[in-house]
Amino acid sequence: MNSIRLFGGFARGSLRLILRGNRAYALWLAFLAALMVSGSLAYSNQVRTGLGLTAMRDQVSWGFYIGNFTFLVGVAAAAVVLVIPAYIYNWKPIREIVIYGELLAISAIMMCLMFVMVDIGRPDRFWHLIPPFGHLNFPSSILAWDVVVLNLYFVVNFVVATHILYRAFHGRHYIKRLVVPLVLLSIPMAVGIHTVTAFLYNGLAARPYWNSSILAPQFLASAFCSGPAILLIMIQVLRRFTRFEIQNEAIWKIAELMAYAMFLNLFLHGAEAFKEFYSNTQHVLYTRYWYWGLGSHHTLVPYAWTAVFCNLLAFGLFIVPKARRNFVTLNIGCLAIYAGVYIEKGMGLIIPGLTPDALGEIYEYYPTLTELRVAAGIFATGFLIFTLMLKVAVPISLGEFRDKQESVEAAELVETR
Amino acid sequence: METDGNSTHPSRRLFTIAAASTAASWIMTACGPKRLYEAPKERLRAAIKEMESKYSKSHGKKVTVSDAGPIPGVEFAYALDISRCIGCRRCVYACVAENNQSREPQIQWIRVMSMEKDKGVDFSHANAYYNPEEVPQEGHFYVPVGCQHCENPPCTKVCPTGATWVERDGIVVIDYDWCIGCRYCMAACPYGARHFNWEEPTIPDQEFNPNTHYLGNRPRTKGVVEKCTFCIQRARAGRYPACVEVCPVGARKFGNLLDKDSEIRYIIEHKRVLVLKEELNTVPRFFYFYAT
Repeated sequence: MNSIRLFGGFARGSLRLILRGNRAYALWLAFLAALMVSGSLAYSNQVRTGLGLTAMRDQVSWGFYIGNFTFLVGVAAAAVVLVIPAYIYNWKPIREIVIYGELLAISAIMMCLMFVMVDIGRPDRFWHLIPPFGHLNFPSSILAWDVVVLNLYFVVNFVVATHILYRAFHGRHYIKRLVVPLVLLSIPMAVGIHTVTAFLYNGLAARPYWNSSILAPQFLASAFCSGPAILLIMIQVLRRFTRFEIQNEAIWKIAELMAYAMFLNLFLHGAEAFKEFYSNTQHVLYTRYWYWGLGSHHTLVPYAWTAVFCNLLAFGLFIVPKARRNFVTLNIGCLAIYAGVYIEKGMGLIIPGLTPDALGEIYEYYPTLTELRVAAGIFATGFLIFTLMLKVAVPISLGEFRDKQESVEAAELVETR
Repeated sequence: METDGNSTHPSRRLFTIAAASTAASWIMTACGPKRLYEAPKERLRAAIKEMESKYSKSHGKKVTVSDAGPIPGVEFAYALDISRCIGCRRCVYACVAENNQSREPQIQWIRVMSMEKDKGVDFSHANAYYNPEEVPQEGHFYVPVGCQHCENPPCTKVCPTGATWVERDGIVVIDYDWCIGCRYCMAACPYGARHFNWEEPTIPDQEFNPNTHYLGNRPRTKGVVEKCTFCIQRARAGRYPACVEVCPVGARKFGNLLDKDSEIRYIIEHKRVLVLKEELNTVPRFFYFYAT
């Protein structure tokens, strides 16, 4: 009973925090709500009519939804990787951000699961995956692995983040014996979810574009750019609008780590491009479709080069110490990384993998309005979750949101017993 | 906690019994067989009865759903004579009619690829949408492609719910009631053999083939994957698949791989035989050959 009472206080307080906010906050929520309504309408249409409302067809059987899913797995993985320097080297400046990285991971995983849900043809049969009611084809299907690791990762992050915040709310320190092992576990799991997601594609010999062992390392390298990019922008927003403080030093350190990750990403891209173009087998068709187009089919070419340009720009800005210490160029770099990785890990991974199709046919995929609206709705939902969590988490971390009644209530409870 | 003093109260007892039986039945369904793959005979029969009455009602004629299992000592295989095929696509349409594929949107399990003679069997130069006045077209040959019924199928391996598998007679089948429509199998198939119901499939009642099999040509819903089953409803009843019957030039051969005297064995042993994308180690049960 005591814990229920304590939780009630926490929930009521959180609700009050969430409902309060300035004009900008209200506008932001209204904007997200509008996107969510639009997305829900588009999705209900899609459920009624079928996935025929998307641009996906038998030739290109996965598209924008699965692309976004892949990108967001990267975000979820990388947000937590910041934990490594914080805990292993006990580097204090980054430590303050870790909790937000975990909250970002939680939101990203929720978006991942939503993107998978909107992509499947029979969402009403989702439970077929869940034993004992369903049948999970484990360990044969890598998708089964992905279901397992993504959900585990979600639970681990959820437990750690809520535990730390909940304890802090009651003015207590988190239980070290619980948190430290879970945080340590979340590091290999972050690498794990992204590796398993890469293997999802990597294991398909039918698709030479994916069937390359460079895929998993490249996934990790690009994810370690995009996840922190979102965090860096978020931190600056928080710094401006709340009393949240973070040293510039921490931001610069993260930007430096991102530069190394981007170098690795570019290097792996180069290695793959060399192998494809120099050996010049028929398998080069997919890479060629992405960068140059095939015949009269070059819908995706502008995106491919935009991604290359963004990645190179970001690398340049982050590797030069002066540029990453200037907040204008730093933010340009963050946006460039976000755009570059979003393109290459989304559309740039899925579509060329399936074009030309298994029998050589070129079907040019380009997402329909339904897909864009549904995806925008999912992103809005994810951002809403993230915003609301931050709205509670930031005051707790700052010590502004505390349960003052706690000790009194606890005493009362003892008395009534 | 309050003490449980009046547990003999009738409504409470009733509630307890109801809750217990609900829980028990829930656990039983949860632990019992879920997929048609593992359904015991009597449960399968009941499911099929249900299918028959449902389909008969929805299509306005008597629909039968066969549950014929694999015949011991039979493993089906297929051979297609590339030198004979003229690319007329009769097999495509016979297949559509026999297997109740959706007319709108169109689904076709067989794709006939037109290839150039000077390039050989090369999918990167193949064209599925050839449309000349007359076939065969000068300088071209044709390679019809459907499910290769692999011995080592990448599609069944990746299915997250185990909704697709290889039957003992070598036919790769799908449980349309268990498929969640994730399309991982479509990404995994190197032959483009799997097709998705992007919208609700439609077939005019008069064109609907009422002789169906529960793993084959029974009606599908939108959002699930389907594919060639070697006409399982025919093959297991000792008949040729529709595409074999309709082929005007006799390019299509079908039979029992385990029968030493079968035509299929003769072809494999005496003709130049190839399988598509051999390097992927899918080990197809669908062979292409040159008879002349």
